[in-house]
Amino acid sequence: MSTGNMNLTLQVWRQKNSKSTGKLVDYKLSDISPDMSFLEMFDVLNEQLITKGEEPVVFDHDCREGICGMCSMFINGQPHGPKDLVTTCQLHMRSFKDGDTIVVEPWRAKAFPVIKDLAVDRSAFDRVIAAGGFVSVNTGNAQDANNLPIPKSKADAAFEAAACIGCGACVATCKNASAMLFVSAKISQLALLPQGQPERYRRVQSMVAQMDEEGFGNCTNTGACEAECPKGISLENIARMNRDYLSAKFISEEEV
Amino acid sequence: MSSLSKAFTSSIGKKFVMGLTGLFLISFLIVHVSINALIFLNDSGETFNVAADFMGHNIVIRIMEVGLFVGIILHIVQAIILTSQNNAARPEKYAYNKASANSKWYSRSMGLLGTLILMFLVLHLYHFWWPTKVAVYTHQEHNTFQNIVMIFQELWVVVVYVLGVISLGYHLLHGFQSAFQTMGWNHKKWTPVVKTVGIWFSIIVPIIFALMPISIYLGWIG
Repeated sequence: MSTGNMNLTLQVWRQKNSKSTGKLVDYKLSDISPDMSFLEMFDVLNEQLITKGEEPVVFDHDCREGICGMCSMFINGQPHGPKDLVTTCQLHMRSFKDGDTIVVEPWRAKAFPVIKDLAVDRSAFDRVIAAGGFVSVNTGNAQDANNLPIPKSKADAAFEAAACIGCGACVATCKNASAMLFVSAKISQLALLPQGQPERYRRVQSMVAQMDEEGFGNCTNTGACEAECPKGISLENIARMNRDYLSAKFISEEEV
Repeated sequence: MSSLSKAFTSSIGKKFVMGLTGLFLISFLIVHVSINALIFLNDSGETFNVAADFMGHNIVIRIMEVGLFVGIILHIVQAIILTSQNNAARPEKYAYNKASANSKWYSRSMGLLGTLILMFLVLHLYHFWWPTKVAVYTHQEHNTFQNIVMIFQELWVVVVYVLGVISLGYHLLHGFQSAFQTMGWNHKKWTPVVKTVGIWFSIIVPIIFALMPISIYLGWIG
């Protein structure tokens, strides 16, 4: 609960556009409530900047409920800040102390070019999904419930993979800017279910090829992505993707 | 590009080669440490020399040795390609990155540890592999054990060897379990077993290796 308001120093990455070089700029904030979310604190900063006639800081956000995957921000060296299993919008100022200096940078990856300030272009993820992260179905009447038997454990694992909101924290924190956790979650949510089987091996090959083409790095299994993921996506998904990919390429399944 | 070369040049394909060669090199370590541990019988190297002689002359082992060098070179070449791609994937670094909050330092330093191991390996081959080869091709008698005892009389050599195997230990600590994950082997029951075996392997094997120069230098074996 409120234990008194805080004075903070922010070091925020300011960059005019994707072409220009940016730099960290210091801002002093006073009287920040510990009950504010991190984004509300940025709203306060932007109000101040606008009042002073300066450019407000551009940052991505949408639902502010921790489910849309829009907010980003690399806060004090960690994506979505110091707390586990939260997005930046669900991070509250009570996680910081009076007098703290907070460094805020955009996601940094070749595949995520900075648009302006803290906003980056994550459309590389969309192109990976478009390469095969879907199920082709004929439309028609809805099927009867439970006419496709699915083991509970598989349904749970698919659901856990589907919790990925595509925010890109995995890429941001990975020392190699690898997108393996995201791509593997999007592959697993379908590979685990009967509906995903017909395109299972085509999907993994197409999506991995697109992932490589986008310029993401290669996974070295440090586990940083899993530790920082706001939705707790597991490394097991990466192993599943590797398994499906290697078996498609080298063992038994179809070519693309 | 053919579909096969596409498979090998994909991110997962390159990692697969990395893991496969890594596991192959791990299997070599088991043979290497087992045979060298014969010096601990402390019989002036009698048993050890028999084994070393066999390894130096047996045709099957000699062919496997070529495979070993191929494995090492593939592992190094893939590491260089992967590292340069990984560096290129983040052209602008973070001003502040608190990586210690989410991963182990040695998992992030495989390239550095591997380079240290390679530097050690060059010295190691010069010390032991090269004289053996010279002896084989010039048809001379070569007492491998005597050579070991002679080389480990110098303190700096002992220190370099101990540092070399410490690098190896940390490299294995990440690499052992990582190879299985790359192969796609992630199992509720078996993965914890792989991880535990990996930890013990990464501790025990380097300790046995380190004990060799140390015990010879201190005169426990000779």
